Amino acid sequence: MSDFTSNFWPIFITVIAVGGILACALGLWLTSRIKVASKPGDNTSGHVWDEDIREMNNPLPRWWVGMFIFTIIFALFYLVAYPGAGSYAGKLGWTSTNQYEKEVAAANKALEPMYAKFTAMSAEDLSKNPEAKAIGERLFMNNCAQCHGSDARGSRGFPNLTDNDWIHGGSPEKIKETITGGRIGMMPPIAAAVGTAEDVKNVANYVLSLSGSMHDSGRSGLGQDKFAVCAACHGADGKGNQDIGAPNLTDNIWLHGAGEAAIIKRINEGKVNQMPAWETKFTPAQIQVLAAYVWGLSNNK
Amino acid sequence: MENIDTHSITRGGNTYHDGVIRQFSIMAVVWGVVGMLVGVIIASQLVWPELNLGLPWTSFGRLRPLHTNAVIFAFGGCTLFATSYYVVQRTCQTALFMPKLASFTFWGWQLVIVAAAISLPLGYTQGKEYAELEWPIDLLIAVVWVSYAIVFFGTIAKRNIKHIYVANWFFGAFILTVALLHIVNSAAIPAGYMKSYSAYAGVQDAMVQWWYGHNAVGFFLTAGFLGIMYYFVPKQAGRPVYSYSLSIIHFWALIFTYMWAGPHHLHYTALPDWTQSLGMVFSLVLLAPSWGGMINGIMTMSGAWHKLRTDPILRFLIVSLSFYGMSTFEGPMMAIKTVNSLSHYTDWTVGHVHSGALGWVGMVSMGALYFMIPKLFGKKEMHSIKAIELHFWLATVGIVLYISALWISGVMEGLMWRAINVDGTLTYTFVESVKAKTPYYIIRMLGGLLYLSGMSIMLWNVIKTATSGKAAIVAIPPVHAHA
Repeated sequence: MSDFTSNFWPIFITVIAVGGILACALGLWLTSRIKVASKPGDNTSGHVWDEDIREMNNPLPRWWVGMFIFTIIFALFYLVAYPGAGSYAGKLGWTSTNQYEKEVAAANKALEPMYAKFTAMSAEDLSKNPEAKAIGERLFMNNCAQCHGSDARGSRGFPNLTDNDWIHGGSPEKIKETITGGRIGMMPPIAAAVGTAEDVKNVANYVLSLSGSMHDSGRSGLGQDKFAVCAACHGADGKGNQDIGAPNLTDNIWLHGAGEAAIIKRINEGKVNQMPAWETKFTPAQIQVLAAYVWGLSNNK
Repeated sequence: MENIDTHSITRGGNTYHDGVIRQFSIMAVVWGVVGMLVGVIIASQLVWPELNLGLPWTSFGRLRPLHTNAVIFAFGGCTLFATSYYVVQRTCQTALFMPKLASFTFWGWQLVIVAAAISLPLGYTQGKEYAELEWPIDLLIAVVWVSYAIVFFGTIAKRNIKHIYVANWFFGAFILTVALLHIVNSAAIPAGYMKSYSAYAGVQDAMVQWWYGHNAVGFFLTAGFLGIMYYFVPKQAGRPVYSYSLSIIHFWALIFTYMWAGPHHLHYTALPDWTQSLGMVFSLVLLAPSWGGMINGIMTMSGAWHKLRTDPILRFLIVSLSFYGMSTFEGPMMAIKTVNSLSHYTDWTVGHVHSGALGWVGMVSMGALYFMIPKLFGKKEMHSIKAIELHFWLATVGIVLYISALWISGVMEGLMWRAINVDGTLTYTFVESVKAKTPYYIIRMLGGLLYLSGMSIMLWNVIKTATSGKAAIVAIPPVHAHA
């Protein structure tokens, strides 16, 4: 896509940029020719400020002029070789995008043989292979630890990856799918469907009762009927549904906070939570190694 | 040559308006201590995060803009107001134009500083570096700045000396350009009395911000302070400025070229490649014009080098020029894309900025203030010359510690970030690079502490000088016909 909205701007930019550089050279030439008349033996311009400030007529230092001219020549050559003069692409055809793509492609090609042996291995084997495990850990520490923590135990809003509790499924294939495409967790605000504020509070207590958490049993009894609204995603037994990313409500693991208030907030406001997709950042072989590493966190204890 | 000043009107009996200069000079020193103290606090927070105190108001993210605003706009700004009012009157041999308006610039500017000191810790920010202040304060800045321009250019217009001295070219360029930069970059849509959204979106907003940001360095912290240099160096050295023609070419080349250098803050980002190239190319062309100022200042010393042995004020001025030369060499090098890919986002950048800020801006300001303050209070010299001497060494050692620590830590973290294992993974996690910087952060904090202690000694020295003297009334000398 062009960076310019009309043909005028690239010309405008080229003219003032190149013209400006040339003007520096012209200015240099003109000032080096300035001759201010001064009295013999004085060598000042004759101007005096504040009683005693004068200025001398010394010529421009030659080495400095040379340095200035060198940078001007460099600038002009650079603008011929690289993009800079408006929409002119430069002789070398360089762009930051193609430099990046070339470097990534070259690196992936160099790494291909090493990863080739991993792609043939199962996740179980990979998760026990010391070399693959070390690579997986490094990938995890530099890319996943920012959210899931360097111990992979997560924090509020970021799932714990070591507890064998999976929102979208914990098989190596499912983990691979999650890393590749990312995930969007979406619970709609559902209070209106549940009923009154009292109903919401009751159903929250019923949800708490599912995991044996502290709850008001009177309210949970009243809320049981209203749970039908929630059951559409979380299941009649509240054990969730990994196909649609509906968390299990019976295991006392609370991604967005435990307790009545936190649950009421979710029923009232809903929640959208996102894990980004990594398919453009990693090769499929790297994702295979990383998925096996993550799988191993829960399964190789 | 003909007598150039014969047509000027000699005005007898008038005096310079120095009251506003006294106010700005004292506040420059006070804000210097405050701003550098906040700097030492946040440098300590980087070593001991507990010093954030767990409070939002004292957290690094809010104190850091307070530090930058205090040292640049409060310390640097007050110094520029004081010196430009001092220099423009004396080199034009005329009193300030509209002295009441000049007085307004003092109170208005102090109000801006106080508003910044309150609003930044409270978390009000536009999120633009060096332009964090919210829109009502931005409006006040614009009003003060336009008043400043009226006073300055009004004084130039009523000058009694035909030729405009080179220091005034630089002050003039600084005042005009900062007005332009501030108004364009701060353009925003208010969304509440202390909340606004930038008038620009996405990468254009980033480009406008760094066009502003780099020219804040180029015009506020360079052109303005070159104006200071051009008056106080020849004055203190008692020597003529080295080369008139060098003044001309380096002035025009500097103010033209700086305007283009902003994109080097956005190398390898969503900014189009052509814009990045122009930013890099002009940053390199900027090297010679920058050095022109350094040469003109340092070579003014020819024939007076021996004075450096005995005159600590001159030493401040000359060492500041050395740091100016060093950081204006380092800057263009860091603007080269391949160097930038290592240096960007690291402490190297912070070190580079401080070699300019502590070395150049700080030391040239201190030299100029030490020159002016005794004269403004009717004293021959500062209360204690020994204290100036001590200040000089504390500042110099402080800078050296500061910048060498951040060079090492910056290059180290840049190399750690790009280190790659044979399997294509990064060798170090980000937090490992943070951990590795701890010893350098301690040295940097100590360097800052030395610099702050020097500034505190200066405050004591200034108070002693001011309280033992009294406001000097300086008559405007008659304009002679010069040969």
